Amino acid sequence: MSAETFIQLAHGGGGRLTRELIENEVVPRFGDGPLRGLPDGATLPAQGGRLIFTTDSFVVQPLEFPGGNIGHLAVHGTVNDLSVCGGEPKWLSLAMIIEEGLPLSVLRRVLDSVRAAADDCGVAVVTGDTKVVARGQGDGLYLNTAGIGTAWAEFELGQERIREGDAVLVSGTLADHGMAVLSVRQNLDFVNGPSSDTGPVHRLVGAIRDLGAAVRFMRDPTRGGAAAVLNECVEGRASGILLVETALPLAPATQAVAEMLGIDPLHAASEGRLILFCAPEAATEILKRWRALPEGAGAARIGTVNRDAGRVVLETVTGGHRLVDVPRGELLPRIC
Amino acid sequence: MNYINAFRKPEVAAQFVRLIAEQGRELAAQGKRVHIMEVCGSHTMAIGRYGIRELLPESVELISGPGCPVCVTDPGYIDAAVELAGKGAILATFGDMIRVPGSDSDLTQCRTAGGDVRVCYSPTSAVELAQQHPDREVVFLAIGFETTIVPVVSIVDEALRAGVRNVSLLTAFKLVPPALHALLADKEIKIDAYLCPAHVSAIIGSQAYEPFAKDYHVPCVVAGFEPLDILYGVNGILGQVLKGEAKVENQYARVVRPGGNPKAQERIARYLEPVDAVWRGVGVIPASGLGLRKEFAAYDAEKKLGVTIRPGRQHAGCRCGDVIKGKLRPTACPLFSKVCTPDHPVGPCMVSAEGTCAAYFKYALREPLPGGAS
Repeated sequence: MSAETFIQLAHGGGGRLTRELIENEVVPRFGDGPLRGLPDGATLPAQGGRLIFTTDSFVVQPLEFPGGNIGHLAVHGTVNDLSVCGGEPKWLSLAMIIEEGLPLSVLRRVLDSVRAAADDCGVAVVTGDTKVVARGQGDGLYLNTAGIGTAWAEFELGQERIREGDAVLVSGTLADHGMAVLSVRQNLDFVNGPSSDTGPVHRLVGAIRDLGAAVRFMRDPTRGGAAAVLNECVEGRASGILLVETALPLAPATQAVAEMLGIDPLHAASEGRLILFCAPEAATEILKRWRALPEGAGAARIGTVNRDAGRVVLETVTGGHRLVDVPRGELLPRIC
Repeated sequence: MNYINAFRKPEVAAQFVRLIAEQGRELAAQGKRVHIMEVCGSHTMAIGRYGIRELLPESVELISGPGCPVCVTDPGYIDAAVELAGKGAILATFGDMIRVPGSDSDLTQCRTAGGDVRVCYSPTSAVELAQQHPDREVVFLAIGFETTIVPVVSIVDEALRAGVRNVSLLTAFKLVPPALHALLADKEIKIDAYLCPAHVSAIIGSQAYEPFAKDYHVPCVVAGFEPLDILYGVNGILGQVLKGEAKVENQYARVVRPGGNPKAQERIARYLEPVDAVWRGVGVIPASGLGLRKEFAAYDAEKKLGVTIRPGRQHAGCRCGDVIKGKLRPTACPLFSKVCTPDHPVGPCMVSAEGTCAAYFKYALREPLPGGAS
């Protein structure tokens, strides 16, 4: 038998296997240019400044979920990737891969959502593509968006700028998107169940432009959740992160579903949140400005960078400590 | 949700930690060390998830027990499942069995090689699968402790009701109390008290632990899975030890009754009977398992399909057996986190979401925090 290796679902989970796949297969082939360090978007030289360029594909199931649909996600995902690179989102492309048999009413709702989200973010959809595949060869609808933004000069961001004593902030409740989608997928019929946080973070970034010098690094915690982002920021470095469990903002419905399904909210995706590292003296001001915006109402300081090399540790509600690992695989645990 | 957070209040936890610290000082003054076995894998995970081990005084040690159903499953069971897949059966299983190593391969490898392995979230999906594939046999991998047994035997119930004949169970059900007996009888293992499982006790009742308190003078405290439950449980155990007592305390009375759940017990008795069972690393424990009664042989995969579960071989260096018995801390296993990780597990304790090695790998700080806590 040949030693062929096969792509597993977990390769797309945003955890360790995703990283391994990208580091082993993509980085060696393309990683010597702007892709180096795997930022959310590439920063490219342009006349009179810098441009940021990114792309993202959307394969969410179901297409519509509490709090939004794949159209919202397609705009917010790409806008947020541009925003966390310190850029102002400007233009989007929109590519659709549609499965034969998709009700037109669904496509209309999705496209209306793309339009509404783009308007809200101040971006224009300026190019696109449409393909239709035969029934059974797609899953209703896949979207891809690419985005271009202009870099704000105030920000100079990089994981290597994170240092001991820095504050770790999050712009709102964690894990809402992941739990909203999963609760629909598992047919957990909740009254007042979790609702996706899908939304743009560009206003949150814009609101702190003048504090840019104090901001070290930003990222949106999507697949793999906050745990994946935080681990990535300290992996192989001299610093680590201490999180405080009582400070983690969690919506009650999200916490309830995470409990029921045995999922660590730190491992579940957000689609409208920002994790930010900053100099400690800037933390209070950033939180104040974020909380003044609707999308930043739940902002909180969740931890501090320390010299615990390469490790993310949580001080739990009991006062004990435990490791915060990157998510692995995707299993629903037994009840006993 | 306030209901859950009520069992996670930091200020109450701090009070328990202070009480336990006082008890620890008294124990130390008496020259005593207390080895508490947390029997259940869900307790092991909760202890890791809330960093509880580090909150206990030096005189108190928590040892993880055999209460992870996947971990105690012998490799020979996986071999039998693989054999059935080779004969064309559809294997239906909970997700946590998928990567448990057999003698030569696990179920993912079996699937890659063409075996039909389906992951179910509910046992009744096995009956639905059987209805969708009337020309094929669907075999449900029926492992688990008392809690899981009841929903799994409902497959037989459901199949009888729906007149479905092409579904069967490959049983390796295990019972908790016989394992607790075997561990106390093993002189190489030091156990001073049992922190008894929450959900299993809901089925079998807190009375099931009376023999351990009476015959072995081992305090038994039934505790829930929330962090305050566990701290309260440890506090209760230490209180008994300091007073020289050994009794069964039910601190999970919001769920567990002394006599357990009679309906569930009746269901078990109707379909199943005690059998000797092989526990990975422990060997055969008499009457520690449950198999289908003869009258349900038509739903017993071994009898129906002519397959026998024989003892299997495990990886030469794997020490899961010693970990399951509480003789070895995962971190002391030479394979731990080097050759054996959750991505590339060598033994079942690293595979299961409730496995002791997985809990240590996922949560335990293998090196201390720099400059102390916060």
